Amino acid sequence: MIFEFSESQLQLKDAARKALDRECPISRVRAVLEDGRPFDRELWQFLAGMGFVGAAIPEAHGGAGAGHLDLCAIAGELGRALAPVPALSSVYLAAELLMQAGSEDQKARLLPRIADGSLLVCVAFSEGVGQPDLHHCRTTQAAGRLSGEKFPVLDGGIADMAIVPAAGPDEDMPSLFIVDLQGEGVSREALTSIDPTRGLARLSFDGAPAEPLGVKGEAGRLLDRAFDRAAILLAFEQVGGAERALEMATDYAGQRVAFGRPIGSFQAIKHKLVDLFVDVTLARSNAYFGAWALSNDAAELGLAASAARVSASEAFIHCATENIHVHGAMGFTWDMDCHLFYRRAHLLSVALGGQAMWQDRLVARAADDRQIAGEG
Amino acid sequence: MDFGDSPEEAAFRAEARAWLAENRPMELEAGLRRFAARDRSNVHLPELDGVDALQASKDWQRRKYDAGWACVAWPREHGGRGASQIERVIWEQEEGIYARLSHVFFTGIGMAGSTIMAHGTDAQKAAYLHPMASGEHLWCQMFSEPSGGSDVAGLLTRAERQADGDWRLNGSKIWTTHAQIADYGLLIARTDPSVPKHKGLTMFILDMKSPGITVQPILQMSGRSTFNQVHFDDVPLPDSARIGPESQGWRVALTTLMNERLLLGSTPSTGVPELIDLCTRVSVGGRPAIEDSGVRASIARWVAQSTGLKYAMMRSISDLSNGRPIGPEYSVGKLVANELIQQVAQFAFDLQGPAGAMVEESEELSQFMAVLLDSPSLRVGGGASEIQRNIIGEQVLGLPQEPRPDKDTPFNETGARQSRQSAGPDRGGNDGG
Repeated sequence: MIFEFSESQLQLKDAARKALDRECPISRVRAVLEDGRPFDRELWQFLAGMGFVGAAIPEAHGGAGAGHLDLCAIAGELGRALAPVPALSSVYLAAELLMQAGSEDQKARLLPRIADGSLLVCVAFSEGVGQPDLHHCRTTQAAGRLSGEKFPVLDGGIADMAIVPAAGPDEDMPSLFIVDLQGEGVSREALTSIDPTRGLARLSFDGAPAEPLGVKGEAGRLLDRAFDRAAILLAFEQVGGAERALEMATDYAGQRVAFGRPIGSFQAIKHKLVDLFVDVTLARSNAYFGAWALSNDAAELGLAASAARVSASEAFIHCATENIHVHGAMGFTWDMDCHLFYRRAHLLSVALGGQAMWQDRLVARAADDRQIAGEG
Repeated sequence: MDFGDSPEEAAFRAEARAWLAENRPMELEAGLRRFAARDRSNVHLPELDGVDALQASKDWQRRKYDAGWACVAWPREHGGRGASQIERVIWEQEEGIYARLSHVFFTGIGMAGSTIMAHGTDAQKAAYLHPMASGEHLWCQMFSEPSGGSDVAGLLTRAERQADGDWRLNGSKIWTTHAQIADYGLLIARTDPSVPKHKGLTMFILDMKSPGITVQPILQMSGRSTFNQVHFDDVPLPDSARIGPESQGWRVALTTLMNERLLLGSTPSTGVPELIDLCTRVSVGGRPAIEDSGVRASIARWVAQSTGLKYAMMRSISDLSNGRPIGPEYSVGKLVANELIQQVAQFAFDLQGPAGAMVEESEELSQFMAVLLDSPSLRVGGGASEIQRNIIGEQVLGLPQEPRPDKDTPFNETGARQSRQSAGPDRGGNDGG
């Protein structure tokens, strides 16, 4: 049994860590935050140049063709570095949807440009407050033109194109479309994000020309599957961020002295940190199983993805929250880096739908799994 | 990543499976499964209707021993198979429910056996390891005392050197599983109270039939009696029963306590799948509980924890399989499992409404009650959750220890009650105040 990345994947992970330590120190994330830029384009180009962006895109379409385990290893490092880049939207969601549902022409046209970092594609599934409903939407499509409003859209302000679900006038089941965001009938407005290094936007369509993606009426099924796949990749990012927040808290607790001894020697702090370690350990283990399911296209994908997502969101939020607390009053100042983790943890925990949605998916899959086990 | 066996592992698995197909006591399977649903411990003797479970356990252990399947990872010369750690895990996976018949021997094999192998004399190895592996000798372990369970090194039981070089034992041990049926016990006692507490301890092998030993069962809140208190009243102890040098008992004990690998074969059973089944049958607000969003939110967290636990243990097995040291994943197992078991049992209790309080019900419902009443002992036994958190915090996260005011003080100057005299049944049982 080998339940671990291969030697070459571990080397890739190590190379990604070194590159990000050098190119994306926390000061660079802070600079993006303070400059009000929605992302770091130079960093994204650098990562594309390293082959990280197109790791799971086939060589025939301009990627490295290395597979999803490599991408999982890279995602963990992007998360650890809090890299202010559109990996979730352009890679984990959009590139995956194109690989799953795109025509040969669409793949040949778009994937190489995603892999080299020159094309950013977002996926616009939310229509306001509430958990995303992947099987229904209010945005309409008629004669190849879209009308409606999507918000919040992660990276909607910086993307060149959007993949958008929309339904025809007499259709229950939405279909997916590709929309050129620089084209006619599109207006966009930047929204204020809890994590300004990962920007949100409102996209408004008024007869915007749209190109069908995948089979008509299949948006729900395609998004369902894409969400599972993206959830596993995102779980690696979340676990990476959680590990680093835990390290910050642990380092500080070992150094900060109160009442004559390091605060990490007090059980109130020590046990808190251990509970974070437990959450990170469980989340990492679930993410690893997700990586296996993703790379093998296993029947367990749905269960693996929702377990990975639920425990990774919990672990990152828990670690980021308690990291601030362990730092005491300094922890909530602007100048300490704790809030960068807190912001990112919260953004990522809702970016693919929040815990309520994923808890529901997890129980549905676990109950199905029980029924299958019971019948067998 | 590959969950399959290597060719060598597959061959070993096939060999184990073939032997089990011929030799397992199938007639006991249903009873063992019923017991396992109610009892999450991995050291208890099963309770089987109309069957002498101790004899059945001894028979199974002997059959395995004769074929080389008892203690598969022990060297052949000591009664094992000389197999690797991953092969031991494969064996335990294949043995499955029948491993319940080996649990009564786990304290001996896992703790006393590994301690004797690491620190015992050749004569001790020759005398004790084969009968331990074959199930002829049943062992218990005596570390905890009424005055302290978590603070093992603060123990009071005294072994005093006699003029002839042998020892005399006085004091009391507690929470001793299987003391009433054990032939031998691994025992740690204070031999020098004039030095700091960790430095004056010595490890011994105690023949449980020695004069002066009284075993008193403890009735637990669950109505069961799986623990005992053991009293020593001038118990003679030959020097040949000493394991390791005098005053080196703490170092020897660490070997015993580190032998957690014992548990690695099977993922702890948390009750989460049974809870999901219950949620499909019980109603909340006129619908199956599984459709209730509040219920779903609660159980989703436990589902994710139980899968996380399962895969964390699999990561450790993978480390073994690939010849790497077991990673820190392993350390969270006991802590997570035992807290999860209690939370799940309490939720299942609540879900049944007023009927949850009824003890006499169908077997599938009464298992939740049995686990509910047993679960407090799981969180305390084998190192309480708080001790587990200290160990992880200090050994995995590298956090500093708390100051320990008695650590460098001679034990007899720390103010701990000094137990020179015997502590017979009439005086034992208090916690030393």
